Amino acid sequence: MLFSVLVETRLRPGIADPQGATIERSLPHLGFDGISGMRVGKALRFSLEAADEATAQAQADQVTQRFLINPVIEDADVTVSVAEPA
Amino acid sequence: MSARIGVVVFPGSNCELDVVEAITGLGGQAELLWHGDISLGQVDAVILPGGFAHGDYLRPGAIARFSPIMDAVREHASAGGPVIGICNGFQVLTEAGLLPGALQKNVGLKFLCCPSEIRVETTSSALTAEATVGDVLRIPINHFEGNYTCDADTLALLRGEDRVVVRYVDNPNGSVDDIAGVCNEGRNVVGLMPHPERASHPLIGSTDGVVLLRSLLISAGAAVA
Repeated sequence: MLFSVLVETRLRPGIADPQGATIERSLPHLGFDGISGMRVGKALRFSLEAADEATAQAQADQVTQRFLINPVIEDADVTVSVAEPA
Repeated sequence: MSARIGVVVFPGSNCELDVVEAITGLGGQAELLWHGDISLGQVDAVILPGGFAHGDYLRPGAIARFSPIMDAVREHASAGGPVIGICNGFQVLTEAGLLPGALQKNVGLKFLCCPSEIRVETTSSALTAEATVGDVLRIPINHFEGNYTCDADTLALLRGEDRVVVRYVDNPNGSVDDIAGVCNEGRNVVGLMPHPERASHPLIGSTDGVVLLRSLLISAGAAVA
């Protein structure tokens, strides 16, 4: 079966986020007030062939932890769903 | 016989020849090692040079750490052999778990290419054995992701074990505790963002990197003996 995988990465709490800080600092100058806690992450989307959803989830979790994130500074949410037929 | 230094070339490395030139100029023997090789050959020490291995895609060092040669680098390090990561090489060593922490985007999101001043904090490392604590060295930096970060426990450990090797005098990139370079528990694996090879001859403006490279040559020689 073909599954769609969405991996959303974010910096772990307490890890400084220079991108988020720069964006947040620029907001008042652009007229956007009241925004705080800006943090930048990544979204990675891919397809995965696996026998069933549990296997797909396990494989997606494994590649995420081993390669797609640096666990020293990042966390991730991994969402697996059955791919829509083309 | 002079120490033999292997300089690993990843696709996208761009400082390997500068490192070879600097090592050779100091009387060492330098040879390039391809990232796809599985052996280090007969080298006494390894340098992972600066550049943009695999384009820095995903994260700097994230792909390079899986290169075939990295298993041999890991074995060399665990046997006590000197391993030095300069700039991108430092990023590879943190991604590989050979050094603690990680390198983040610079505060202010600027690519920094300029001289920096770093202070030697310990002489108990493969890269600083011939230096003096408190020495201030003028050595260029050239990076976008040199902002060293680690959790509070790791920082306390690094401080407690005297493993911060060099600190910036005037922190250019937001690194925690002004850290410019750290070493592993065995003190034979050292990573730093500044480029000692770019401060190794009067013609290029500074010779302050020589003491670091000479320390490596001596550490490498000691590793043979």
